[in-house]
Amino acid sequence: MSSATATEAESATERLTLVEGVREGLHTEMARDDRVMVLGEDVGKNGGVFRATEGLFEEFGEERVVDTPLAESGIVGSSIGLALSGMKPVAEMQFMGFAYPAFDQLVSHAARLRSRSHGQYTCPMVVRAPYGGGIRAPEHHSESKEAFFVHEPGLKVVVPSTPADAKGLLTAAIRDPDPVVFLEPKLIYRAFREAVPRGSHAVPLGEAAVRREGSDVSVFTWGAMTRPALIAAGNLAEEHGVDCEVVDVRTLSPLDVGTVVASFEKTGRAAVVHEAPKTAGVGAEIATTIQEEALCYQEAPIKRIAGFDAPVPLHALEDYYLPQAVRVQDGILETVGF
Amino acid sequence: MHRVIGERDLDATPFDADDARDLLRDMIRARRFDERAVVLQRRGWMSGYPPFAGQEATQVGAAHALAAEDWLFPTYRSNAMQLARGVPMGDLLAFRRGHPEFTADHDLPIFPQAVPIATQLPHAVGAGMAADHLENDHAILCDFGDGATSEGDFHEAMNFAGVFDAPVVFLCENNGWAISLPRERQTASPTIAQKASAYGFDGTQVDGMDPLAVRSAVEEALETARAGEPVLVESLTYRQGAHTTSDDPSRYRDEGPDLPAWRTRDPIERFVEYLADQAVVDDGFVEDCKEEADDELDDAIATAEAIPEPESGELFAHVYAEPTPELDRQCASLAGED
Ligand SMILES: Cc1ncc(C[n+]2csc(CCOP(=O)(O)OP(=O)(O)O)c2C)c(N)n1
Ligand SMILES: [Mg+2]
Repeated sequence: MSSATATEAESATERLTLVEGVREGLHTEMARDDRVMVLGEDVGKNGGVFRATEGLFEEFGEERVVDTPLAESGIVGSSIGLALSGMKPVAEMQFMGFAYPAFDQLVSHAARLRSRSHGQYTCPMVVRAPYGGGIRAPEHHSESKEAFFVHEPGLKVVVPSTPADAKGLLTAAIRDPDPVVFLEPKLIYRAFREAVPRGSHAVPLGEAAVRREGSDVSVFTWGAMTRPALIAAGNLAEEHGVDCEVVDVRTLSPLDVGTVVASFEKTGRAAVVHEAPKTAGVGAEIATTIQEEALCYQEAPIKRIAGFDAPVPLHALEDYYLPQAVRVQDGILETVGF
Repeated sequence: MHRVIGERDLDATPFDADDARDLLRDMIRARRFDERAVVLQRRGWMSGYPPFAGQEATQVGAAHALAAEDWLFPTYRSNAMQLARGVPMGDLLAFRRGHPEFTADHDLPIFPQAVPIATQLPHAVGAGMAADHLENDHAILCDFGDGATSEGDFHEAMNFAGVFDAPVVFLCENNGWAISLPRERQTASPTIAQKASAYGFDGTQVDGMDPLAVRSAVEEALETARAGEPVLVESLTYRQGAHTTSDDPSRYRDEGPDLPAWRTRDPIERFVEYLADQAVVDDGFVEDCKEEADDELDDAIATAEAIPEPESGELFAHVYAEPTPELDRQCASLAGED
């Protein structure tokens, strides 16, 4: 690479954390389209409890970065009204575990206005929420309940696992004509930096990303679990000569069936890794999809490496609850050894 | 507004010197707990903590108003109330070290503290309805913040209480803030107390920095509740510190609060001054209270430290009355027994 190209590449990107990627996505879209607005608890002056909206209040003002009263149903319900009247609201739920008061508005209305009105009304809005465990937080601050939303027709559900995807997928979510639940893995909000394109950067929804190519077994995962999955893949290659393909599903709804099935047809074995409880989790959907689409390629039972069917415990027990690289590794070996 | 300090001497109240000293002792005890908790959090001994400094007069005054059989439904910042009601300090510390509350297996009439805002209000109403059905004559005290009044659950609980004449006292600790949102942005109502009239019962304001006023206002309200009328008490108090140990109030609380001096003055200093002027307490009493509290704290810290690291099986121990076969399987696999 010539030095000129290197400089150019440098200026075209900036090294950001995942939460900074979220912030950049919001900032870029707000600057581009003045119908985009942010609303939620403590998102204004305070910049969000995780600083995902840092500086937006100062730049875009209180009309577009709205500190709301403490009421999630109010936040999502009024976002619906804003969206169907031509605004592009990005609502923040302070934690996924506090989104439940808004559940009715999301599933009964955001998800259904298009079909209810025969396509006349739409809800182009995003509901962002930090989610997932591992930060030694109190009760209700660690849930992974993506399956609730995936189960609801009419909602899209997106989970970035890298800073560039945080920006790119959020951009696509904001531009999407339908409501998107955007779940941010807070455990890795600041875990690492990577080059993120400056300016407008959209990563299409509905496309999975192959993070590591491999031929022996496909590992499907998303969010904070991509890290232990990749670590496990590295260890397995080194210690057991097992060649894992790691697929970051990224959009849980609609699922990228093409990429999932193509990977499985190549390997014939699969494990799904998610931190949400195992029963009726998105892992079940992926495993069944594979069986429907690629049964003849299947060489082993599909392994679910997941959170347990128990409430996320307080943090003295949290390390047992979350799938760690070792548990992921053992699970994959089971599939490979079948 | 209910107020004693600055308006009447202790002689002119229903309380005697021992009552006043008991209140002060618990306020000092709570403050020592709060200060130590912040230090322990900073040291990494425990996880995030929501200090209640500034709210001792409200919390201790209200706890002292409870009759032995009355129930308390606390919120996550009610630790002073829990302490004054008899919850062992060790339990509160254990909770912040990632263990469940109730480690000490006490059977005080206190519900677990609510983390999702306002969700305890309907529970309190149900508990009041049960007291009616079962012909018990205790009342229910339900504690929450000013922010909680924006949630739908506040409305629904207040409405039920009014319709079913539930024996509930709703105690709103208006400390001026909900994380970064000032009280005047939380609701356009001039007072929170006035909201009660929309539900068909009385609302009243009390000087929440005056423990005698809080105790008498809450006692009166509990009497009314026992007689079949709910009451809303708005206690005007002040959050002296950060929202939690993860919060930085300088981001949103730059200019001094627009509140009268009594509202932001330290409630312990103010009460000591009031009692010392009437020769009810002296410096020696205050020092003794601190020492007793510190001894109790040392023991509590030792107790919390002595709680053994939980076994992995704890994760599954209290999901259902009878574990399901699947949970048994998951429990065994986690313990490495499959
Ligand atoms: C349903 C819900 N939404 C959001 C939160 C996050 N949160 C925790 S405390 C808090 C502010 C509460 O304010 P207030 O009710 O005034 O109580 P205070 O913190 O002042 O004691 C918020 C928004 C939560 N715990 N629950
Ligand atoms: Mg408050």
